[in-house]
Amino acid sequence: MGAFISPKVDKVGIEDRVNRITKRSIKKEAKLEGLKMALNMVDLTTLEGMDTVNKVTQMCYKAQHLHDEFPGLPTVAAVCVYPNFVKIAVNALKDSPIKVASVATAFPSGHSSLDVKITDTKMAVDAGAHEVDMVISRGKFHMGDFGFVYDEIAAIKQACGTSVRLKVILETGELGNLDNVRLASDIAIAAGADFIKTSTGKIKPAATLPVTLVMLEAIKDHYYKTGIMVGMKPAGGISNSKLALQYLVMVKETLGVKWLDNHWFRFGASSLANDLLMQILKQSTGAYQSANYFSKD
Amino acid sequence: MNKEIKPLKFSGKWDFDPAPESVDHISLKDQYGLFINGKFENPQTSNYFPSVNPANEEHLSMIAEAGEKDINAAVSAARKAFDGPWSKMSAKERGKYIFRIARLIQEKSRELAVIETLDGGKPIRESRDVDVPIAAAHFFYYAGWTDKLNYAFPNRDPKPVGVAGQVIPWNFPLMMAAWKIAPALATGNTVVLKPAETTSLTALKLAEIIQEADLPNGVVNIITGAGATGAGIVNHQDIDKIAFTGSTGVGKIIMKAIAGSNKKSTMELGGKAANIIFEDAPLDQAVEGVINGIYFNQGHVCCAGSRLFVQESVYDVVLRKLKDRIQSLILGNPLDKNTDIGAINSKEQLGTINKYLKIGQQEGADMFQLECPIPKKGFWCPPTLFTNVSQSHVIAKEEIFGPVLAIQTFRTIDEVITKANNTPFGLSAGVWTDKGSKIFNLTSQMRAGVVWANTYNKFDPTSPFGGYKESGHGREGGLHGLTPYLNF
Repeated sequence: MGAFISPKVDKVGIEDRVNRITKRSIKKEAKLEGLKMALNMVDLTTLEGMDTVNKVTQMCYKAQHLHDEFPGLPTVAAVCVYPNFVKIAVNALKDSPIKVASVATAFPSGHSSLDVKITDTKMAVDAGAHEVDMVISRGKFHMGDFGFVYDEIAAIKQACGTSVRLKVILETGELGNLDNVRLASDIAIAAGADFIKTSTGKIKPAATLPVTLVMLEAIKDHYYKTGIMVGMKPAGGISNSKLALQYLVMVKETLGVKWLDNHWFRFGASSLANDLLMQILKQSTGAYQSANYFSKD
Repeated sequence: MNKEIKPLKFSGKWDFDPAPESVDHISLKDQYGLFINGKFENPQTSNYFPSVNPANEEHLSMIAEAGEKDINAAVSAARKAFDGPWSKMSAKERGKYIFRIARLIQEKSRELAVIETLDGGKPIRESRDVDVPIAAAHFFYYAGWTDKLNYAFPNRDPKPVGVAGQVIPWNFPLMMAAWKIAPALATGNTVVLKPAETTSLTALKLAEIIQEADLPNGVVNIITGAGATGAGIVNHQDIDKIAFTGSTGVGKIIMKAIAGSNKKSTMELGGKAANIIFEDAPLDQAVEGVINGIYFNQGHVCCAGSRLFVQESVYDVVLRKLKDRIQSLILGNPLDKNTDIGAINSKEQLGTINKYLKIGQQEGADMFQLECPIPKKGFWCPPTLFTNVSQSHVIAKEEIFGPVLAIQTFRTIDEVITKANNTPFGLSAGVWTDKGSKIFNLTSQMRAGVVWANTYNKFDPTSPFGGYKESGHGREGGLHGLTPYLNF
């Protein structure tokens, strides 16, 4: 267990840095460009007990037709569903560049056997998912059994194979402090995560700017050690454009411009897309339109 | 570090559009007189000098130059006010005036921030978020002490010293005026203050605020001019106390000038602060602290962390992180809300900084700078760091007062304490470690007036500030900041 030693994090320092990042003033062309970039990074998500085939199909249509009245808009990056809906989504999106992501590994709690988690993962992969969003075992993490957490991520990565990208959800709202966020990030990255992700969306707090900054620093240190780029996905709690732009400023000033791409950065959100659309139209036309003009699927 | 790994790039995509703070809401006169006895008076010298914007060399206003007769008028107004209404007023009433000044600064904070940035070249982010709020906070804080002096100094019967002559620098013009005026008024003194000649405007706006606050005439007098005016105040026979913030060189001249006189003094002078990073530190936050420590206000900060000591085992990582962070800084129009690095305060100061950059390279140190376009007009120096530096390098010994960091390495805590203290200065220091015991060990041995742990350049009116050794004597801020303005 002593094998996992992570750099320390100072909460006050992180908050100072975040405070400075949120003071960036994004105007005019840069604002429009940022909003479009953010829209292109959204993973439209539905992860509810009451999800149905129709709900998922409707969301997939929305993903491809964000606002047809306004041509030239980017699409979202992906849709994110439970494994049993992957086939529906893949079918619905087969003519689009939009990826299908699936949560797996006994999402959201992660309490099950490794066999069940691997089966869960394979179900999503076999159904054609491009990306798998797994959860780490937070209980084992708090018990100090970091080896268990590491091995489990490595096993799921193996189950994903080489073409499916693995996002590892740390559920930072359950980790207690920023030192743990850093440690969990380092474990996930070392075990083969293609993306690290803050939250399931089922726990509050979900994504926050301080937590995301700590995770971005972990990605950066890994890049300089190995040359390997790892993606980042804050999820949950990002519902307005202003906050989304603050996240992008943080990415730009921490990891540089290479990460400003939906291959390396995503927003896990469902209501963010419409706010971005509303702001994009406002930037272009000068007037806010009623929320009733934007479809809710 | 693996050589094949490309350094990260922080520009070239999604570069921000200009976001300048508007200037149409400010009011600046074409010409400012001397604020004596509650009124703006023409100088008896009849001389005016220009104040320029160091970011574009544009003319802002004409400032009066105070000569001997003007200084006499200001001091005698201060004396009259001290003997008259101000010392007879109840402490509670006195406090009301100081609270009023604080509130007016807050009300006019946007205008003051813009003028501070225009006149001094500092980023609007700093004048808006640091200079002006701290200036207001000092007046609020000391206003609260006014009627509690007997509790602050029980059984010691505190009495004001009389007329205070105050000479302040150009790096934090309004904030330094507040640091000087607020404790002086709270303790019942009257004031003759001189701002630096390159940055008089916010002091003169403060004079307007003092007028608006209806402070009795002569309690605060603000006279402008260069070194000769400052010398005139220092040498004036009817001044009881000198408060000076500025260079160690001028501080020494003042101390010689007032030797043998009855004048009390506080001196807040130069610095060459050590910022120390141990291997167990939260490195990313330490790097942020180092950036804030040396590049805040273009390094025009007496307590700037201009000497960085990094434990050898983390040196490569820290250096790489520092360089990356420097590349993500934005240099340019100080009025732009996104600007991190503004203009150097004056042509003269830019000359001094460039002289040291040349010396550093001649001494064999390696120079690294932010790669960015430099505006054609105005005075600019990109954030700079030097590696391959030792204690014997001039750039590690002398105060540069610019955005220039000299980096050295160390192996043990004893070694770094020795090196950190190996300087004639002793204003401030910083230490970065996750281990509490190391912080206490180090801070107790550091010969510096302020030691920050896991942070840097944090200012608060409740906290005393001042130097050891040639960084000066006396403290400003907090309870300690009252004593230099009192006789017991």
